[in-house]
Amino acid sequence: MVPITSLPGPRPGLGAGSAGLRAPELSEPALSVEGLTVRLPGREVLRDVSFSVAPGELTGLIGSNGAGKTTLLRAVLGLQGLAAGRVAAKRPIGYVPQKVLLDPDLPVRARDLVGLGLEGTRLGLPWPSRARRARVDELLGSVEASSLAEARVGTLSGGEQQKILIAHALARRPKLLLLDEPLANLDLKATQEVVALLSRIAKTHGVAVLLSTHDINPLLAVMDRVVYLAGGRAASGTTDEVVQTDVLSALYGHHVCVVRLHGRVLVSTTDEHGEQGCDVAADAWEGAGPTTVRAVVPAPGDEGSSS
Amino acid sequence: MNWYHALLAPGLFANPSVQEAAVVGALVAAVCGPVGMFTVMRSQSFAGHALADIASTGGSGALLLGLSPLLGFVVFGVTASGTMEMVGTHRRQGRDLVTGIVLGASLGLSALFLYLTATSQTTTGAAVTILFGSIFAVTSSTVWFAVGVGGAALVLLGLLYRPLLVSSVNPELAAAQGIPVRLVGLAHMVALALAVALSALTIGAILSTALLIGPAAAALYLTRSPGRAMVMASGVSLVVTWIGVALAYDSYDWLPSHQGWPVSFFVVLLVLATYALARVAVWRRVGPRRRKAVPAGAGWRGER
Ligand SMILES: Nc1ncnc2c1ncn2[C@@H]1O[C@H](COP(=O)(O)OP(=O)(O)OP(=O)(O)O)[C@@H](O)[C@H]1O
Ligand SMILES: [Mg+2]
Repeated sequence: MVPITSLPGPRPGLGAGSAGLRAPELSEPALSVEGLTVRLPGREVLRDVSFSVAPGELTGLIGSNGAGKTTLLRAVLGLQGLAAGRVAAKRPIGYVPQKVLLDPDLPVRARDLVGLGLEGTRLGLPWPSRARRARVDELLGSVEASSLAEARVGTLSGGEQQKILIAHALARRPKLLLLDEPLANLDLKATQEVVALLSRIAKTHGVAVLLSTHDINPLLAVMDRVVYLAGGRAASGTTDEVVQTDVLSALYGHHVCVVRLHGRVLVSTTDEHGEQGCDVAADAWEGAGPTTVRAVVPAPGDEGSSS
Repeated sequence: MNWYHALLAPGLFANPSVQEAAVVGALVAAVCGPVGMFTVMRSQSFAGHALADIASTGGSGALLLGLSPLLGFVVFGVTASGTMEMVGTHRRQGRDLVTGIVLGASLGLSALFLYLTATSQTTTGAAVTILFGSIFAVTSSTVWFAVGVGGAALVLLGLLYRPLLVSSVNPELAAAQGIPVRLVGLAHMVALALAVALSALTIGAILSTALLIGPAAAALYLTRSPGRAMVMASGVSLVVTWIGVALAYDSYDWLPSHQGWPVSFFVVLLVLATYALARVAVWRRVGPRRRKAVPAGAGWRGER
């Protein structure tokens, strides 16, 4: 069995993309997780997970529902107790939680929320300050959300809210930025915007970005490393190192197929077809075409009743 | 005869009871605005209402012992709010469950205290004072006590304003920033208990949440920023209390029996009217159906 948490170095001819350009070992990691084990009532959610994230790197935390992505991020934040292992993270840490439900009636403008990221922990009343206003404007500009500044956050669209929450998380100039499913519920365009934004934040500000997602595909072009969670264990490395049939089969503990097609990756975790299953899966996927998105056209008169 | 005598009964502004009522009303309004805004934001109106009823237990207990009802309001309210916040889970349903249980127990006690007071003491109308308040009957020693209670609530909220705001927007977001969410929630509950006690003093324990929740709910409809919402809620509380006091004073002459109507009646009616007006104003501006479909940058419900 392949040792999951300590994968062999870059394979010749595979990790050619970004692997050759980086030397993460030279700079001290912004986050290093060693032998992390988390037990929640009922079961062991994470077992002996180890990986590290270097400054300026964008790392994808990949796993299906219930794989333990949120638990892992909460453990890094110190909000989740560890049964074993060690987490060393540079602070401050920016965090965008999963499923932030902002009520449309909240009397909080986008500007207020970003301001709370800046000095939300301080005691006393916030006296108006030109410097704070300028910094909030700068943060909103950095996520291309200047025009949303005066809007109530709860009335913004999911993608717009995501940007404001990212600006909130960036306010204290974090060394490490954690985002839990920031791409969930976003359409293709918004997904691309947020991914490009996060990639730019990592590269230009040297922030270590760790974001969780159940779909690896939107990140393929920009991701430096991946931490793949399954069955409570993790495999980490570059995308080309980890997203391989043999590595993921070892991680899942049964045979899985990794199919690459049209520049996308499909991980099929059903083991019903055995070794030949991968070709079957590839054929099935090819049959469905590169895009499986169906356009949904609203019926006439359906407009405006979207609540 | 001055111009306002056509509207208001003569002697309104010269009457010492009215003057004192105006001062107490202003204090209560100043506290109710900020506390009410956070209570509505955190969907803790039920806890506020429960605290009001629990305050009536404290008030009737204090009366039985011959103490100031305000002392009873404060002691019982703060104890109950602490219990509710410590025992209750952070999940909304669990929270309401604990609130309901504490509330039920307290109302039973309240019934006993009021019964004992009514049967053992000669003070008539004591129960009515506790339940429906009497802003005109506030003694000067109570005024100073009220100033202390109000000051404590305002200092607490002023200190914790930002951490409390983040926790109210999203507890997870606050916890990640290192804010002790439970502790901040507890502080808010204590401030809520203090505000309820003050409000119970003016319009009575049973109705005290009207002054807390109504103006804040109207303000949340009409404004976008938390600071403005607090100021507006306080302003609404102040105006309705003052108008309520004036109307109650005026009502002495309304019926041949010469019995002044209770302030609480007018205040609650005015709160309801304000809330309705706020909803109508927003409805006229944004429309009933398009509430959530307003495009980015366009009218946000209330202001433009
Ligand atoms: N408080 C809790 N008590 C008990 N079990 C929990 C608790 N929180 C999470 N779990 C369990 O831990 C596992 C991992 O949960 P987690 O939320 O980390 O998954 P996830 O990868 O974030 O999933 P998703 O993609 O659905 O967000 C799940 O099986 C869940 O049932
Ligand atoms: Mg999750």
